[in-house]
Amino acid sequence: MIELLVATMLLFGALLAAIAGLGLLRLPDVLIRMHASTKAGTLGVGLILAATALHYGEPGPSFRALATIVFLLITAPVAAHMIARAAYRTGVPLWDHAVIDELRGAQDVQRGLPGASSEAQPGAQNDRALAKSDARPTESGAGP
Amino acid sequence: MTMTPDTVLDLALNASYALLVFGIACAFARLARGPSLPDRVVALDYTAILTVAFAALYAIEADEPAFIDVAVVLALAAFLATVAFARFAEGREGAARGRPRGRGDAR
Repeated sequence: MIELLVATMLLFGALLAAIAGLGLLRLPDVLIRMHASTKAGTLGVGLILAATALHYGEPGPSFRALATIVFLLITAPVAAHMIARAAYRTGVPLWDHAVIDELRGAQDVQRGLPGASSEAQPGAQNDRALAKSDARPTESGAGP
Repeated sequence: MTMTPDTVLDLALNASYALLVFGIACAFARLARGPSLPDRVVALDYTAILTVAFAALYAIEADEPAFIDVAVVLALAAFLATVAFARFAEGREGAARGRPRGRGDAR
């Protein structure tokens, strides 16, 4: 009977991983793609590893599989946060339907100081691809 | 043909392999298309995580618990590689700070 449970978990996990891959391919910008690969991908791989732990059902291998899940759950947010920070700071353009960018202006306090001379007016450097949201006040942020 | 639990497990394993290959193919397409460096880092990270899942699947199929160790080590290496790539992407921007750069200049 435990084989059926393992098979179900494998299928669900692999399906989630495939959906995450699809999201990685089709979603519009880096930060949104990271949603797919980090959350759905980690959940899918975690399900597959849990199925492995269940399949072995003895302390040694199962514990190692569970430890891998814990490790993934700890490291995936850290890695995603680092990539997201690198993406934001290097000025990768956001999706043009993005509604709010709360970090706007907050990051160039840190990074704009030494070499901001390349562009004349301050603030232009961090003027991100949010042309559509410029029209409405930033405080609302509630979407169209 | 009777569907014993073992044949069900075999079918599920093969289907899972196919789905994971699809996921890796998507990640490779993103890796090739970019357009920016963080995009490629995300794609590489996802490829490595899916490889962990591959190792776990093979540990079930081959009934060989040593492949779980492969999964552990791959997860560790994937995390370190991602952190290193992210720092590299950030540091490269710092090195290029003096250069003028157009708006929305995705790299």
